[in-house]
Amino acid sequence: MARAVSTPRKIATTAVAWTIGLLIFFPIYWTILTSFKTEAQAIANPPLFWGFDFTLENYAVVQERSNYMRFLWNSVIIAGGSTLLGILVAVPAAWSMAFVPSRRTKDILLWMLSTKMLPAVGVLYPISLLFVQFGLLDTRIGLILVLMLINLPIIVWMLYTYFKEIPGEILEAARMDGAGLRQEILYVLTPMAIPGIASTVLLNVILAWNEAFWTLNLTAASAAPLTAFIASYSSPEGLFYAKLSAASTMAIAPILILGWFSQKQLVRGLTFGAVK
Amino acid sequence: MGRITLDKVRKAFGDVEVIPPLDLQIEDGEFVVFVGPSGCGKSTLLRMIAGLEDLSGGQIRIDGKDATNAPPARRGLAMVFQSYALYPHMSVRRNIAFPLRMAGLDKAEQDRRVAAAAEVLNLTDYLDRRPGQLSGGQRQRVAIGRAIVREPSAFLFDEPLSNLDAALRVGMRLEISELHNRLCTTMIYVTHDQVEAMTMADRIVVLRAGQIEQVGTPLELYRSPRNTFVAGFIGSPKMNLVSGEIASRHGAETIGIRPEHIAVSDSGGEWHGRVGVSEHLGSDTFFHVACEGIPDPVTVRVGGEVGVRHGDEVWLTPDPDQLHRFDKQGLRIT
Amino acid sequence: MATRHSRSAARLMMAPAVILLLGWMLVPLTMTVFFSFKQYLPMRGDSLERGLDWVGFENYARFIGSSSFWPSVQATLMIVGGVLVITVALGILLAILLDQPFWGQGVVRILVIAPFFVMPTVSALVWKNMFMDPVNGMFAHLWRFFGAQPVSWMSDASVQSIIIIVSWQWLPFATLILLTAIQSLDSEQLEAAEMDGAPVLSRFLHIVLPHLGRAITIVILIQTIFLLSIFAEIFVTTGGSFGTRTLTYLIFQRVVDSQNIGLGSAGGVYAIILANIIALFLMRIVGKNLDR
Repeated sequence: MARAVSTPRKIATTAVAWTIGLLIFFPIYWTILTSFKTEAQAIANPPLFWGFDFTLENYAVVQERSNYMRFLWNSVIIAGGSTLLGILVAVPAAWSMAFVPSRRTKDILLWMLSTKMLPAVGVLYPISLLFVQFGLLDTRIGLILVLMLINLPIIVWMLYTYFKEIPGEILEAARMDGAGLRQEILYVLTPMAIPGIASTVLLNVILAWNEAFWTLNLTAASAAPLTAFIASYSSPEGLFYAKLSAASTMAIAPILILGWFSQKQLVRGLTFGAVK
Repeated sequence: MGRITLDKVRKAFGDVEVIPPLDLQIEDGEFVVFVGPSGCGKSTLLRMIAGLEDLSGGQIRIDGKDATNAPPARRGLAMVFQSYALYPHMSVRRNIAFPLRMAGLDKAEQDRRVAAAAEVLNLTDYLDRRPGQLSGGQRQRVAIGRAIVREPSAFLFDEPLSNLDAALRVGMRLEISELHNRLCTTMIYVTHDQVEAMTMADRIVVLRAGQIEQVGTPLELYRSPRNTFVAGFIGSPKMNLVSGEIASRHGAETIGIRPEHIAVSDSGGEWHGRVGVSEHLGSDTFFHVACEGIPDPVTVRVGGEVGVRHGDEVWLTPDPDQLHRFDKQGLRIT
Repeated sequence: MATRHSRSAARLMMAPAVILLLGWMLVPLTMTVFFSFKQYLPMRGDSLERGLDWVGFENYARFIGSSSFWPSVQATLMIVGGVLVITVALGILLAILLDQPFWGQGVVRILVIAPFFVMPTVSALVWKNMFMDPVNGMFAHLWRFFGAQPVSWMSDASVQSIIIIVSWQWLPFATLILLTAIQSLDSEQLEAAEMDGAPVLSRFLHIVLPHLGRAITIVILIQTIFLLSIFAEIFVTTGGSFGTRTLTYLIFQRVVDSQNIGLGSAGGVYAIILANIIALFLMRIVGKNLDR
């Protein structure tokens, strides 16, 4: 909307919007700030916004005491692995639905979506049982599988909406030019859909990174990702604010940065294309 | 070689038969145009030849070999699409080389053929650009370039000029005709524009509702349309079709007379009427005359500039040698 | 685009995704339904190897009949309802605000969206300890500053606390979707209404709100599905005590804490049915959208 707006009004809007924005962001800002304080300063009354002794000690302590790197590594492997696996399964499926639609395509898409609605707690015991049976409990591969499955509908949906925007004639041209199915997907479709695939990957890494039901229930020590690492601060260590803040900052920083890149795709992915 | 035979080719989508069994023989080196109103099945027919659509029945033979179930890549045909369908992520060079790469040709041979095609199509300076940086006409040429490097046995064109503006369209029309004269390869060209059909084709196939209405050279179609549909479709401006009492005077259900075969007089003639709108093109003048006893205005074409004004009374006389007569079924009476 | 070749290829390429999801859905679901008709208390020596007793609908009756069932339904409704009201109302206001021209739109947008990317365990713990702690929390400082008695949030206002935390997490989602919807509103429509002399409020009521209707519905449905299964926020804060035991958490406790698999499974079936009813509405909307 390129509408003329009076300067006083714009100033007022700016003030209100920034106040609200900063208020909403405050808990994150406060967490990051506190992570650089000493424990005593972290609980000081009145709260210290400046003039505290800047220290990195909390980060060192957190790493040393709970081996942060191992949890981080688990998070990276699990979020990355489940997304990658999901993309590999979803690209061919989305190709089929976008370019060779049949009468059942819509039903299949909706059905896939419906599996996403299955309440996790309803199948907690069976999944744990199967995990025990197959020795997947507290393994990264087990979590990669589960997170891939719970996010697969979203991946398929997002790719489907992106693929739909690619004109079918270009794929037909590739076919006329002698490309087989594999070449058509590899040399023509995939490069054209790179932006869409990238946003899909981004959003799914975020979702997998933050998933906190299966990661809490299916891991113990060796495969636990950052969600579980933070949960271990629930008590009584959570009262060490500076440490909690340092641990929290480390857990959310990577994904905050990724998240800011993906805000536009977020809408599309999370509403299954219903809002663009 | 590019001899294409359609033998009782049929296409149905579910219960709807869009192309009833159809026979057609396209000779090697021929430029054949499929023309018809939108929805007549001409594009579907082309896509069936290309292998992008299945046949519901019948057989397609290319150079005598059954190609009915061959995938598109195996048919040795090249296609130019309406939207050009260039690969947006590849440079012009890589676009043109793509079919060669798929065929597994070595790099040197690819480069040689791309360079040759670019030379012919005036694309040499644009080889490293992306399709997005080209004009409509240039994109069209890239699409053609991608088709010719493969040295296919036939070219298929699916309304290739419909996205270009009028001036470019005329230029591309000439370029494609020129290309055909040079390569002497079979070309099948789909269009809804009868001017394109008339100017480019060796042979025109007029289609309506999936059926062939007439096959012939442009002049055959112009001189002796087989039925009222072809009569009305081929020629610009359209042939005047008159039925009723005037037609029965000539022993027909409907008579047709082309605008250029009507003589105009201000003193006397066969039909009397009043001039409505006239269109002055400089070289020709078309005017529309409301005649007594004829429901639709009669279009008349006169060479050069004539001094006829809106509201003038005129007499029209159709040239009896150029009169087309059609029976109750709309078929030509010979 | 449709030849027998491509159609059979399509079926083949769709197979892995379909088979995986079918397995993911059917296998555990069947097991849950199976367990829900059995008496299954592993702590008392029941095991699959020795066979489980068929108890019919007893688990279903006991789950509903237990004293904790209705409170859990109440907690669920309060939390889900509270979060929905807050996020949708504030989301609309925020979306309209962010749609206005002002300096630094991009940055403010990022600030507003940020909470969505914070993992649930982090946001729950940060809020619980650093803001809601009755001694050292930010709110306690604030309350004392104004001479009020600090609130013991997690025990005295536990449900409200959870609602605040979860609303903070989901407000960005609602805002972002509603903002996207507002931006798709044809500005000429608004200008036409302005030309016709419609005042701001009636422009909002008659043009903006109806335009947002679909987006609001989608926000409500999607959030409901996610909110019904919030877990980590309760797990790391109250652990289900002080009236924050939602249906999801109750089922979790039946299965994990009291190890009553049969009872928990019956609860799970209820939860699945409930989710499916909501999902059905969502699918309708999404499905309609597909046709366009």
